[in-house]
Amino acid sequence: MLTNMLTKEDTHKQMFTMGHSGCSGCSQTMAVRLITEVLGKNTIATSATGCLEVISAKFPESSWNIPWIHSLFENSAAVASGIEAALQITGKKEGITVLAQAGDGGTADIGLQALSGMFERNHDVLYVCYDNGAYMNTGYQRSGLTPYDAFTSTSPSGKISFGNNRPKKYMPEIAMAHRIPYTAVASVGYPMDLQKKVKKTMSIKGSKYLQVDVPCTPGWKYEPRYSVKIAQLGVQSGLYPLFEAEYDKIISVKKIGKKVPVEEYLKLQGRFKHLFKDEAGKAEIEKIQKIADENIERYGLL
Amino acid sequence: MSENIKLMQGNEAIAEGAMIAGCDFFAGYPITPSSEVSEILAARLTKKGHIVIQMEDEIAALGAVLGAALGGAKALTATSGPGMSLKSEHIGYASMCEIPCVIVNVMRGGPSTGNPTLPSQADIMQAKWGTHGDHAIIAITPSSVNESFYETIRALNLAVKYRTPVLILTDEIIGHMREKVIIPEKDTLEIIDVKLPDVPPSEYKPYNYKSGKVTPLAPMGEGYRYHVTGLSHGETGFPSAKMEVIQDAQNWLIDKIYNNIKDIEKYEETMTEDADILIVAYGSVSRSAKAALSMARAAGIKAGLFRPITIWPFPEERIKELSKKIKKILVPEMNMGQIILEVQRAACNNIVKGLNIVSGEPITPDKIYLKIKEMM
Repeated sequence: MLTNMLTKEDTHKQMFTMGHSGCSGCSQTMAVRLITEVLGKNTIATSATGCLEVISAKFPESSWNIPWIHSLFENSAAVASGIEAALQITGKKEGITVLAQAGDGGTADIGLQALSGMFERNHDVLYVCYDNGAYMNTGYQRSGLTPYDAFTSTSPSGKISFGNNRPKKYMPEIAMAHRIPYTAVASVGYPMDLQKKVKKTMSIKGSKYLQVDVPCTPGWKYEPRYSVKIAQLGVQSGLYPLFEAEYDKIISVKKIGKKVPVEEYLKLQGRFKHLFKDEAGKAEIEKIQKIADENIERYGLL
Repeated sequence: MSENIKLMQGNEAIAEGAMIAGCDFFAGYPITPSSEVSEILAARLTKKGHIVIQMEDEIAALGAVLGAALGGAKALTATSGPGMSLKSEHIGYASMCEIPCVIVNVMRGGPSTGNPTLPSQADIMQAKWGTHGDHAIIAITPSSVNESFYETIRALNLAVKYRTPVLILTDEIIGHMREKVIIPEKDTLEIIDVKLPDVPPSEYKPYNYKSGKVTPLAPMGEGYRYHVTGLSHGETGFPSAKMEVIQDAQNWLIDKIYNNIKDIEKYEETMTEDADILIVAYGSVSRSAKAALSMARAAGIKAGLFRPITIWPFPEERIKELSKKIKKILVPEMNMGQIILEVQRAACNNIVKGLNIVSGEPITPDKIYLKIKEMM
């Protein structure tokens, strides 16, 4: 309905607002807007080095209507731990959300140590990992969350390789292994589900881990209009299972209804186009289908 | 025979130089403006059956390189800015354990995240003192794409020869510019390979510094069992708290580099014979300095250029000599004044001035020329 459309004035009131320089079709910025909309103005955020940090605060502009700190690459969780501890000791924590943010590289690779420490101490922080499956800010190098067979600039496909030859790290399960009160996986393809999960974190004391699938137009090499569609296909194919966990127990999963073949998901993305050339590529697609099928089985997605 | 000339980027020249020098192991982590080194090696070194690993962070990247070097590989990593800070502990470890390795630092503005896409020369002192504790380091500052290629070969040679980390300090300008590289026939190059010690395993002392010669580092798995530790150690490699052992081992880390300075140092002089003013410049700034020198000469000012190619150890003897007849020295640098401190020390009776621009903008020839005129 037209009356529900955002006006320019409305967007100014958002916690993450216009003026950033994200690519057209950038779904990470959609996720940030959806998350901060729920968290509201009583939020203090950190961002690790990465796309979000670069695009959201180009001098003299800022898209942040909340206190925001660009930490470093490896220390978003550590800086957030310090902020939370200071708020606790000064008696100001009540009603304030500390939001730590990083990309998949800043979370699962270089930032894993700091994140593990934050979980171990159970700081009252919501940690969000925006997962676009590679180091997009530095030019699409692989990360620990790059999916199997994806082309990146450091896992190129060619005569001797189909791209990234290792499976995506099961990062949410690493979070769960810390027995933190809440772990969730969401996707920009399902904004209501994402916001529901963010809302839930606000009533939980202790460390919360939220991983959001955020397709990346230049990194995944697809037309900008497909961001949401690809995110949805990621979920519907079983490659990106959405679920919630409390401590080490999964408490809910987003059922996918009808399984979509992984091919539907892969064929829209240039980073997988080498799989559609010949028979050998076909065999690789079957391996990816197996990953999806195993996820469906493991998380009970159907 | 016609020369084999290729147009390439500075970072690509480093990758190509590493490959021709026999580098068979690369570990890295993405960081601007050095990522191309790892991207190019990921595509090309692996085709030769060698190893490229993208590690989980900067620290791990150098850790893997050191492990590979202990296993007999010729290993290299590349980084920039904050990545260099993270590598600092491992650089000290490599110095202490005398593990050959090459670390490429494509310098960008700092401190901290600084200016990832802009050039800088602000890591010159970090190269020498970045890690804690006394040690000597070899660092090289190429000023062109072609030189990046050849100096990478020399860096790998020096690393093996002196069992030391060698740093290549380029900057965003050299790293990302494209120029011609004259690719040589491999057999025309001097390449120092990793070799076995010339004594049997029973007589092998991995840190045989009393001999005054650098003992080859025996690749692990070849039957030479020895101890590797970052603790102060004696000739066998086992830790020691004996004061004379600590002192001797410390002396050795410095002596093995400085006693061989004639072999390690490398510089280029342009019109220094009759100069009244000397420009000391390295890396990309030396290119502007060369142009400024022509401008000065055309205006009748006798300017000369001294360009260190090996920046550490600093060629202070030659500066001292030149300073006897050239009384004015200008040191343009893309930092707040770092190598100028070495020049002032070597030429302590002279007028030594700096031209320091850290805005991320290259230092242009006219700025250097204006400063020359101001000093004359």
